[in-house]
Amino acid sequence: MTTAAAGVLPATSRPSRITGFFPILRGLLFAVIGGLIGAGIAIAIRSAMGADPFDRTPSANGTMPSTEQIVTVAFVFGTLGWLLGVGFWESTVSGWLGYRTKGVPTDWRRYLTVSEDHKVIGIQYLATFIVVLLIAGLGAMTMRAQLSQPGNTLLSPDTYNRIMSFHGIAMVSVAVASVMGSFGNYFVPIMIGARDMAFPRLNSLSYWMVPVVIASLFLSQLLGGWDSGWTAYPPLSVKNASGQVMFNLAIIVFGLSSIFGGINFIVTIVKMRAPGMGWGRVPIFVWSVLAAAFLATFFTQFFAASLTMVLLDRIVGTGFFVGQGGAPLLYEHTFWFYSHPAVYIFVLPGFGMALEVLAHLSRKPLFAYRWAVAALIGIVGMSGIVWAHHMFVSGMPNALLGPFMVTTELISIPTGLIFLSALGTVWMGRLWLTTPMLFALGFVFNFLIGGVTGIFLADVPTDISLHDTYFVVAHFHYTIIGGEIFALFAAFYFWFPKMTGRMLSERLGKLNFWMMFIFFNLTFLPMFWAGLHGMNRRIATYQNDLANVNLFISISAWFLGLSFLVFVINVLRTLLSKNAPRAEANPWKARTLEWLISSPPPVENFPSTPIVVGSPYGYGTGGRPHAVFALTGAADEEVTA
Amino acid sequence: MTTMPLVAEEHELHVADHAETHLAHHEEEHDRPGINRLGLWVFMASESMLFFAMSAARLYLNGFNGPDKGAVNLGLGIGLTLILLASSWLGYQATGAISKGKRRRAITALLLASLLGIVFIGGVGIEWRTAEFSQNSPFGTAFFSMTGLHVLHLVTGLIGLLLAANLIRKGQFGPGDHWGVTAVVRYWTFVDVMWLVIVFPMLYLL
Repeated sequence: MTTAAAGVLPATSRPSRITGFFPILRGLLFAVIGGLIGAGIAIAIRSAMGADPFDRTPSANGTMPSTEQIVTVAFVFGTLGWLLGVGFWESTVSGWLGYRTKGVPTDWRRYLTVSEDHKVIGIQYLATFIVVLLIAGLGAMTMRAQLSQPGNTLLSPDTYNRIMSFHGIAMVSVAVASVMGSFGNYFVPIMIGARDMAFPRLNSLSYWMVPVVIASLFLSQLLGGWDSGWTAYPPLSVKNASGQVMFNLAIIVFGLSSIFGGINFIVTIVKMRAPGMGWGRVPIFVWSVLAAAFLATFFTQFFAASLTMVLLDRIVGTGFFVGQGGAPLLYEHTFWFYSHPAVYIFVLPGFGMALEVLAHLSRKPLFAYRWAVAALIGIVGMSGIVWAHHMFVSGMPNALLGPFMVTTELISIPTGLIFLSALGTVWMGRLWLTTPMLFALGFVFNFLIGGVTGIFLADVPTDISLHDTYFVVAHFHYTIIGGEIFALFAAFYFWFPKMTGRMLSERLGKLNFWMMFIFFNLTFLPMFWAGLHGMNRRIATYQNDLANVNLFISISAWFLGLSFLVFVINVLRTLLSKNAPRAEANPWKARTLEWLISSPPPVENFPSTPIVVGSPYGYGTGGRPHAVFALTGAADEEVTA
Repeated sequence: MTTMPLVAEEHELHVADHAETHLAHHEEEHDRPGINRLGLWVFMASESMLFFAMSAARLYLNGFNGPDKGAVNLGLGIGLTLILLASSWLGYQATGAISKGKRRRAITALLLASLLGIVFIGGVGIEWRTAEFSQNSPFGTAFFSMTGLHVLHLVTGLIGLLLAANLIRKGQFGPGDHWGVTAVVRYWTFVDVMWLVIVFPMLYLL
C-alpha cells in the first residue's frame, strides 16, 4: 500500500537517517503516552455512556470489566505509540501523510531501530528469542524445583500455574516465530537469490511487534497474571484475574506479527526466486518455510478469533463462553483449529533445517527430494482436519472421535516420508560429524520417539487414559525440543559462521550437544513412565509414590538447563573475543547460495543476480554447481542459450 | 564421492564493491507490481479467515436459527448493503480517474466513497441502538461481534481512503504510479465483499 508513496527515495538526494532520541527509549516513552491517551479515551467513553469509569463492582463472572476495558484501549494505543516511537513514524507513517521519510542508520544502531534489511531483522529475531528461550527456560527450572518432591511448598499452587502458563506461551512463541523469524528471514532471501524480502517494511513491523508481546506478558503479572495455561480455555479464562486480558491482547498482536511474516514469506518465495530456480531446485529449507508460512497466514486468524471472543466476553459482556447460550467447546474447536497446525509451524522449518544440514554434511544429495516436498505439502493440506484429537475427552459428539483418530494417524504418512528422507540421506553418506550434524542426528533420534509416542495419543482408547498426564508433556517436548529446538541448534551452529564471520568452538559445541542430548532424554523419557502411572499435568504436586522418578527428572532437567549455559558461553566467547577464529566464505563446503558469498554477507547479498543452474544438493555427482554469478549483462544470454 | 565441489571458491567474487551500483538493477529485476498484488491478495485471503471463524462461531452458538422475527431490521440491512456497493463502485471510479490523470475527479470519488462508508457505520449504530436482544444471548453475541469486527475493518479502510485522497492532493499518484490508490480501493471492496457474502447473510438472511 505504501511502496508508491514512500518506497524508493529519489536517487539524487542521500536519504536522511533516523536520529534524535534513541529509538527504543523514544518507543517506550511513546508507549507510555499512548497508553495514557488510550486510558483517557476509555474513561471518557465510559463517562459519556453514563457509567462510572472506575466502577469496582465485579461482573457476574467475578471479573472487573471497567479495569479491563481501560486496559484494553490503553494497550491498543500504547502499542501504536511504541511502533511510532521506535521508528515507524519516520520510516513509514510520515510517508502516508505525504511527508518525507527517513532511512535507517547504517552503523550498529540499525539493530535498534526499524531496519528493513532482512539480515538485520533475522538477527533481531534471533537475539530476542534466545533471551526469551532462556527466561522461559528459567520458568521450567523453577517448576522442576517445585516438583522435585510431592507436596512441596516452594511455590503456591496459583504461582505454580502462573509460571507454568508463562513458560508455555513464551516457549510457544519462541517455537512459532524464532525459526521463521530468525533463520527464515536471514536465509530464505539469500537461498533463493533475492536481495531482500518482498515487503521489507512489513517485515520490520512483524519484528517490532514482538517486544510488545513480551513486555505485555510481564506486565500482565501486575494485573494478577493468568493461570489458564498457554491454551487459555474458558470458562476459566473468562473468570480469572485481569492479567488474562493482557495475555489475550499480547497474543493477538503476536498472531498479527506471524500473519504478516507468513504473507511476506509466501510472496517472497513465490515471486522472487532467482532466474533458473524452478520449484525443483528450491532448497528444502525454503520449501519448509513456505509450507509453514501458509499455515501461519491462514490458520493464525482462528487463534486471534478465539482470543478475541474471550476478550469480548470479559470486556463487553458477550456470551460466547458463559451465560445462557455460552459454549466453552466452541473455544476448543477454534483454538485447536489453529493450534494443531501451529505445531507444524514449529516443526516444518525444523524438518527443513535438519534435512538441509544432513544433506550438506553427509555429502550426498537429499534423498527423495520430491517426496519430501510432497510430504511438506501433504502436511499442510492435512493439518486442518486433525485438530479435534486434542479434544477426545472434551465431551464433543462421540461420532467425531473415529474420523479424527483416522485423519491424525494418516498425517503420520507424510511425516514418515520426511523421516525416511532424513534416513536415506545419511545412509552410506560420508558423515562429517561436526556440531550441526550431531544436532541434526539428535533431531532424527528424538523425533522418532516423539512420533511413535504420538500414536498412543492419536488412538482414542489410549488417549482417554493418557489425556492430561505427563505422557502428553513428554510427547510434545520430544517433538518440540527434541524436534524443533534440536534442529534450531543444528541450524544455529551451521549458519553462525555465515552470519557473524566467526567460527564457534567445536569443543564447546560438542559438549553442548552431548549434555543437551543426554539430559534431554533423561528428563523426558521418565516422564512417559510418570504419565503412565497417573501423574497429571498442570498441577503443582503429585502422588507420593512418584517422588523418586520426579527427583530424577528434576535433577536431569537442571543439567539440561546447564547445557544451554554452555551454549551461551560458546556464543559470547566467540563474539566478544578478539582472536576468535574467522570463518571463511564456505566452511562446510556446501553448495547452496548462502555459501557462495562472503561471511558475513554483504549488504546487497550478491554481487549480481545469481543464476541457478543446478540442484542445491548435487554432491558427488560431478555435475553442475548450484548457481553462478555473472557480472555482465551477457549472463542473460548464457541462460537462455 | 571423493572430491568436494569447489563452487564457492570459484565464484566467491567481488562482493562488496558492486553492491551500490547493483541495487537499482536488482530492484528492477523483481516484478514489483506483481509482488504488491500477490501480497494484497494473500493478506485479504488471510483476513477472510477471520470472518469465517466468526461465522463458524455464529453457527455453533445459534445453529441455523435466525433472530426472532423483526429483531433485526431487514430493510435497513438491505439499504446498508446497497450503500456499501455504491461506495465500492465510487472507489473504482477513483482508480479509473487517477489512471487517466484526473486527480480532482479521483479525490471526489474517494471522498464520496468514504462518506458512504461513514453513513454505513451510522446505520450499524442505529441497528445497535434499536436491537431488542441482549449482547449476552447467542444471537446477540454473534450479531454484535460480527458487525463490530466488520466496522473495525471498515474504519481501517476509511483511514486508507482518506490517506490516499490526501496523497493525491499532494501530487503523489499519477497515471503511471497509483498502486497506493488501487490497493486501498481493493481493500475497501474486500471489506464490502465480507459484508455481502458473510456478515449480511449470516445475520440477516439465515
